[in-house]
Amino acid sequence: MSTNNLAEQTSAFETINGVGTVDLSVQTVRDLNQALHDQHDDMTIEKWDVLNPKGHHNLAVGVNQKLKIDIHGPAGYYCAGMNQEAEITIHGHTGQGVAENMMSGLVRVKGNASSAAGATAHGGLLVIEGDAGSRCGISMKGVDILVKGSVGHMSCFMGQAGVLAVCGDAGEALGDSLYEAHIYVKGSVKSLGADCIEKEMRAEHIEELTELFERAGVTDQDPRDFKRYGSARQLYNFKVDNAGAY
Amino acid sequence: MTEKRKYMTVPRESATFDRLTMAEIRRAADTGIYDIRGAGAKRKLPHFDDLLFLGASMSRYPLEGYREKCNTSVTLGNRFAKKPIELEIPITIAGMSFGALSAYAKEALGRGASAVGTSTTTGDGGMTPEERGQSTKLVYQYLPSRYGMNPDDLRKADAIEVVLGQGAKPGGGGMLLGQKITDRVAKMRTLPKGVDQRSACRHPDWTGPDDLEIKIKELREITDWQVPIYIKVGATRTYYDVKLAVKAGADVIVVDGMQGGTAATQDVFIEHVGIPTMAAIPQAVQALQEMGMHRKVQLIVSGGIRNGADVAKCMALGADAVAIGTAAMVALGDNDPKWEEEYQKLGSTAGSYDDWHEGRDPAGISTQDPELMKRFDPVEGGRRLANYLRVLTLEAQTLARACGKNDLRNLEPEDLVALTVESAAMARVPLAGTSWIPGQQQTF
Repeated sequence: MSTNNLAEQTSAFETINGVGTVDLSVQTVRDLNQALHDQHDDMTIEKWDVLNPKGHHNLAVGVNQKLKIDIHGPAGYYCAGMNQEAEITIHGHTGQGVAENMMSGLVRVKGNASSAAGATAHGGLLVIEGDAGSRCGISMKGVDILVKGSVGHMSCFMGQAGVLAVCGDAGEALGDSLYEAHIYVKGSVKSLGADCIEKEMRAEHIEELTELFERAGVTDQDPRDFKRYGSARQLYNFKVDNAGAY
Repeated sequence: MTEKRKYMTVPRESATFDRLTMAEIRRAADTGIYDIRGAGAKRKLPHFDDLLFLGASMSRYPLEGYREKCNTSVTLGNRFAKKPIELEIPITIAGMSFGALSAYAKEALGRGASAVGTSTTTGDGGMTPEERGQSTKLVYQYLPSRYGMNPDDLRKADAIEVVLGQGAKPGGGGMLLGQKITDRVAKMRTLPKGVDQRSACRHPDWTGPDDLEIKIKELREITDWQVPIYIKVGATRTYYDVKLAVKAGADVIVVDGMQGGTAATQDVFIEHVGIPTMAAIPQAVQALQEMGMHRKVQLIVSGGIRNGADVAKCMALGADAVAIGTAAMVALGDNDPKWEEEYQKLGSTAGSYDDWHEGRDPAGISTQDPELMKRFDPVEGGRRLANYLRVLTLEAQTLARACGKNDLRNLEPEDLVALTVESAAMARVPLAGTSWIPGQQQTF
């Protein structure tokens, strides 16, 4: 289908037992998103099922209502992008940039997530029950991200605010050029990026992780098993002595 | 005069190691830091002054200057968007961030642009209420940093501009030094106050044109396909970049030449990366024409536009509209000689001041200092900008009518000749008085 035709589509979905149902083997991504957006001013259906996603891109993007959306299968790029308020569960793997620039709400990936999960997200909670690829939490601006598996290289690059907790291992250059995001890793860290250092795990950090686990519904992790990483704040202002770090 | 002095040679300045070069070597040796500054390329480049219009005479009919209409309106973004932007004049205000500029300056840009029916553009740092409130048509930039990016503002925008680069620093990210990261700027960007902000040079969640196509569809989905999506590139490999931008789904392509300004970056970047605006336009137009998309995907050109002649020349080369940044700041009052004494105190002079990153702009425009900001009146600034935009438009119309055109977009390369071989080759128009376009097969 051409991009032009996509613009012409109108909202179309079925309601099954009070649940809005969009079958992407029949309907389009445009149908889905328009139906979800139409709930913003007048919410008539709170729960939504998305069937046969088959890796389609841009599923449930720009949702700005307290909807509960279940995507039954794998999703492509930018699933749940810029989410506000909604609780979105992907029952499968996701492509690049899941929950990118999320503002609030909850996005849960039952499988693995590709690169740039939670990129630049400002708020809300992203839970990845499998592994996440490279650049998980890149430029994060307040979102909390919990990865039950491992994360790839350059994760939390230029992380500004929020929490990235990794129950598995972290790849190379974790937290490179970090600002004020908090990073917790239970397993090994292949290497730390520029200006990222291991820091003392104090009581407030145990409390922060405990609260994150509760919100994410994680019951099999002990915050005391994690190490904390943060910014050394040595690159915040340019100094010629640090030129080698750039 | 002694015999010895009589036969001494006159002191000769090296063309290679001139005073500016040697001063920069000494500055580098003193500080160990590269020079950071604002504005665009200051070196002499082939530019629109090297082109001339062939006014009508026997072989062409001119239009009456004061009686016959010359249309200036343009529609941008009618490829996919349900609500394209309708501009009354084809001169828009380029993206300049709140942070780089004061909130009052952003407000003035909105006031001036709205008064003449054109658009203004946000910048790296988000959308301020002052700017949205005063801009009837506001383009929201989508930048690698995503500072202040949120879907609510995205939906308030009249268009979205995905920024891949800018002419002053193609391949480089934004820079806003700690002096300008005040509480408000820090909050909008989620940064610690006073930190030197160095934005990423590439987007965090896509890595190539195929990804960008998906990203653009995401933005369209979020905004329900309502508003146009622009792609902005710094002028380098313009032919290929424009082709890829069309393929990625752009409604409008913005090409920013190396004379285009920036709030701050390394001087070496500004002066040594990119190509002149004039050289970029024919590449962009060729790419669009080969794809059958010229005038269907609109082309906005920026970088060193100063007067109506520059506007008309860009349009004759095939642009649908232009954007101005540095010139708009000057119209607001930047580098005004009335602040000469203070420019001198900063080690500069009116007309040369470019340390916008330091936040000490005497004109109160490129600053976040509350006392300096008070010097700038956004209402008066808006009035000055509107006046300037009107003059640009009138000048461009004057030239178009002289060429017999009743619409600025009817100007064409055939209306132009070049003064130099270089400009003839870059603009792909004949050297004046000849039919020779360097690099192209000669036809008579």
